[in-house]
Order: sequence, then C-alpha cells, then structure tokens
Amino acid sequence: MKKQLLTILMSVVPTVTLAAGGGVHLDDAPIDIADMESVKRGAKHFVDYCLSCHEASYMRYNRIAMDTGMSDGELRENLIFTTNEKGEPTKVGSLMKVAMTDEYAKKAFGTEVPDLTLSARARGADWLYTYLRTFYVDPNRPTGMNNLVFPDVSMPNVLGSLQGIQKAVYKTQTRQGVEVETVDKLELAQPGTMTAEEFDAFVADLVNFMVYLGEPVQNERRSLGVKVLIFLAIFGVLAYLLKKEYWKDVH
Amino acid sequence: MSKVIGWIDDRFPLMKMWNEHLAEYYAPKNFNFWYFFGSLALLVLVIQIVSGIFLVMHYKPDGELAFASVEYIMRDVPYGWLIRYMHSTGATAFFVVVYLHMLRALMYGSYKKPRELIWLFGMFIYLVLMAEAFMGYLLPWGQMSYWGAQVIISLFGAIPVIGDDLTLWIRGDYVISDATLNRFFSLHVIALPLVLLFLVVAHILALHEVGSNNPDGVEIKKNKDENGIPLDGIPFHPYYTVKDIVGVVVFLFFFATVLFFFPDGGGYLLEHANFVASDPLKTPEHIAPVWYFTPFYAILRAVPDKLLGVGAMGAAIVLLFFMPWIDRCKVRSIRYRSNIYKINLAMFVVSFVVLGWLAMQHVTATITLLSQVFSLLYFAFFVILFITSKNEKTKPVPDRVT
Repeated sequence: MKKQLLTILMSVVPTVTLAAGGGVHLDDAPIDIADMESVKRGAKHFVDYCLSCHEASYMRYNRIAMDTGMSDGELRENLIFTTNEKGEPTKVGSLMKVAMTDEYAKKAFGTEVPDLTLSARARGADWLYTYLRTFYVDPNRPTGMNNLVFPDVSMPNVLGSLQGIQKAVYKTQTRQGVEVETVDKLELAQPGTMTAEEFDAFVADLVNFMVYLGEPVQNERRSLGVKVLIFLAIFGVLAYLLKKEYWKDVH
Repeated sequence: MSKVIGWIDDRFPLMKMWNEHLAEYYAPKNFNFWYFFGSLALLVLVIQIVSGIFLVMHYKPDGELAFASVEYIMRDVPYGWLIRYMHSTGATAFFVVVYLHMLRALMYGSYKKPRELIWLFGMFIYLVLMAEAFMGYLLPWGQMSYWGAQVIISLFGAIPVIGDDLTLWIRGDYVISDATLNRFFSLHVIALPLVLLFLVVAHILALHEVGSNNPDGVEIKKNKDENGIPLDGIPFHPYYTVKDIVGVVVFLFFFATVLFFFPDGGGYLLEHANFVASDPLKTPEHIAPVWYFTPFYAILRAVPDKLLGVGAMGAAIVLLFFMPWIDRCKVRSIRYRSNIYKINLAMFVVSFVVLGWLAMQHVTATITLLSQVFSLLYFAFFVILFITSKNEKTKPVPDRVT
C-alpha cells in the first residue's frame, strides 16, 4: 500500500517541458555551470553583445568578479565600459543597468527590451542556445531577420557578423489538408568571422554565463547540499540507534 | 535546577503541562510510518515561521519593488537564497506532509467519535493553510503570482448578485495591484499565521484530551493497569520523541535534497513564468495553480458552468469536513473494514492524484472528459461511503493493539 502510493505520487511529476513558441526542436546546450572559465568568457560576450540594450538589473558587476576569481582591476578592464550620470566610471558594486529607457526602446524596436538577469530561469538554457543560433533572412521583417524559436522577434541579429547570414530552406507540408510552407533547415548564405564550431562554442559560453546569471549561488548551493546530506545521514544513524536503545523495553 | 523549576511551578503550571502533553501523555505503542506526519507538520510550521521572519526583514511589499527585492534576497543577502528556498520548498513540504497526515486519518478512522473535533480543527487548519499558501504565492510578484491570483480571485465573481463587488473588495482595486499585494502581505505574515497557530494548539489540545487513535483503531484507555495507565500506552516522551527524531531526519533528508538540488522542482515548485516580473498587460501562455491546489482546480475546470464549477470545487473541500458523519461504520481502522471501503478509499486517492495531474495539462477534449470522470469518482467516494458504511461487513476488532 505504502509503496504503491509512493509510485503513484512519483508518476505525477512529469519531466520538464518549457513553452517553446512554435514547438521547434531545441538543441541541447553544451554547458557546464561549474566551468568558471567558460562563465568568464560568457560574461565578456554578454557585456560586448547584450548589455548595450538589455539590462541584468538584479545583478552586480562585482558578484561576477567574486564568483569567477577576477580582481576589481580585471573587472574594470574586461566588463565595465560605462560611466554614471556624472561621467565617472561605473562602480564595481553597481547593478548591471543600461541607460536606454523603455520609451526609447519602444520607438527603436517597437517593444520594451527584456531584462536578462533571469531569462535562463524563465526560458531554459536550451531555448537560449537554440534561439541565438537560429536567426535567418526574412525580408518581411523590419530588421530583415526572423527567428525559428521566437517567430517575428523584434531583436536584430546581433551575432550575425560572427555567425554569418543564414537562409531558410523551406519545405511544403500538408497540415489538416492544407499545404503550408515550413522551414526545413537553415543554410549559411554568407559566412561570418567565425566557423560554425567556433560560433557554437561562443554561444555556449554566453548561455553558460546566462545560466550562472540566473542563479549565481548555484554552485555553492550544490556543494553545501552535499555537506548537509552527509551530516543528516550520520545524524540519522545516531538517531536510529538512540531510538532502538529506548525502544528495547517496549513489547 | 530543581529549585528553579520549583520556583516556576509555584507560579506557572510548567511541570503540569510537560507531564500532561509529553512525559505522561500515553500514546499507543503501535504507531507506524503514517504517524510521523503530525509532528513533521509541526516542524514544517516552525520552518515556515522562522524562515518567513527572516524573509520579511528584506522583502518589500510594494508593486514597484517586490520582484526586485526577492532577487536582492537571492543575491545580496548573505544566505538569503537558503532562507528563500527553505520557505518555498517548505510550502510544498507542508502540503505533502498534511495530505499524508489526512490520508492517515482516513485510513485509520481517526476522525470518528470521540475525535470529531480534532478532525474539524484539522480541516480548518487545512483551509487556512490553503489561504496562506495562495496569498504567499502572490508576494514574489512574478507573472504566475499575478495571473494565478487574477484567475482565483475572479472565481468569486461567479457568485450571483454580490460577485463583482466581492472581487473588488478582495483585490482593493479593479485589477490585482499594489493594494492587493499589500493586503495579501499583511494577511500572509500576520493574520493567517495567528489563526493557524491558534488552530494548531486547539488541534493538539483536543487530541490530548481524548488520546491518540492507532493503526488498529482500538481504544487503549479501555485496558488500564492498577495505576490507571493504559496497558498498550507508552509515554510520548521519551519514546515517541526519540522515534520522531528519526522521522525528522529522514524528512529533512528529502527536504534538503529538494532545497539544495531541485529548488525549482523542474518548474513545478517555482514556475518558469514566475521568473518574469508581473505585467498586467501580458498574460502567460499557460496559467496553472501550484501542484497542491491542482486537484480542486481540475474539478473547477471539469464543470462547464463557472458558478457550478466553483460550487463543485467548494463542495470537494466542504464534504471532507463532514467525514465523521458521512462514515457511519463503527469500526475505525481499514485493517478490519470491508473490501468495499478499501477499494473506495483507494479510488478516492487515485482520483485525487489523477485530478492533480489533469489540471497541469493543456485543455483538450480528452483532458476535460477525464477530469469529469475523475471528479465524479472523487464525489462518488462520499456517496458510496455514506450508503455502504451503515451496515458494513467488518472483521472482528481485537481487544488490544496488535
């Protein structure tokens, strides 16, 4: 009875499925959150390519330095390129904000630019990894580009100079008796400054950083967890022996 | 030491209370696995109150600041993440423990005479706990907080005549807003915990007045020795205190595993959409309540009419209050009851779990049909029980515990 109940309870917890707009297959993001060198490279990519428009407004610059083992000097040299309202360099303990206002963003892109601090927790690493690699030419869009996992996205293809320009190869499918054109695959029409492998590694580092950014404490969380479980296991044995000793005289 | 206790005892019934509730409270010696969940529920209550106190030191109940203040706790407050995950995991743990505690009562007939009031206090605890969890879920102020509250509060709008005014009164505004956040915060951290503590004390006092039931459903007070101590009873302290410590450690092992390794429970404990700050203009694709409310949500969705749906959902909870009178069988424990009862209870548990799963799925014709079938099965439990329990064919109940 007990075991059956437990099995039933376990079976109601299905595997994770994230809402992936359009039901596109998501590639597995080849990331390792314990690899702090990769997180460090990703942080640099993030500052270079994302942080001009997107904020990470819940995160402080020096937290990255603390977790990746950078000095304040290295942090200023690699990640902080902005100044505050008075023209002084942004302080290392500042939140990672950008100057662009929502009003300006609405005029420029037709929408507000989302904060990226928690995007990995909201969307998932695989979504980000696939999204950043699946921009393709679409003359019907204002930016001239569209995206496979985020159809009609407003964001321009920021990484296009690295990846090159991709074109969609269409195929005709019949859905409920109606013939529709769908994207079969993407092909490189014009090469960028990186090879496909280099670009994938670049995006993997970036996504790895964004997963870190979503929950900076996660490595510490897991290592503390192991210690807590070991303590509980030892304490549990002692507690059981104590119980056994007391209960000897209960018949 | 004894002088100090003597001094206190002259002024306050310290040793009297200690003896009444622990050292000379005689509990049946045959408690099994299912009897851990009462003390575990008390433990989780303490975890929630203590972690809650620390969260309130840093949280800001303000529509502009709430979401950021939670991330501040997760990043800038030393061990804030630990406190926050303790509280969010604790909410789930509370319901796991309470559901198992309630199932125990159903299995061993712990709600039957003379324990009806214990059951009623317990049901009120469950009700307040649901309100507490619902209001607490608004506080992180993410998309699911916002829209979940929107959906649930709008249910009150289905009530004829007063519905619209009632929802307005609950929200304090025409939409969920800063006003709603502030009142939910007040209720979540002050009003409901006070009520909860009062009910827990009443629940335990009522239990210690009549004494604990046990897996055999035998009244241990019927067989006493020359000193008036039940033959099958043992003092709660030290026997059950040392036994419950083992239960606590096993529980904490599971609790810590979730807290440290799966704090968002794959999106079921901390939902993905709740990592996006609340936005009154954007509705999330899929709004579902947290897992512990899903069985009732499935019943709501199963009924095509909104008012009837709300009524059915309410009835699903209210019927449980009447268990002591719906079940008319004199035998308490499932061990000595008929196969009809065993199958009926098993079907009830299965339908509860399946309903919970159904509510998490996107609505399709099949899902709706299944929700209707299992909702009927849920209610059938009470009907079948009422009809069959009066003249149930039971097995002979032993005089003493086995």
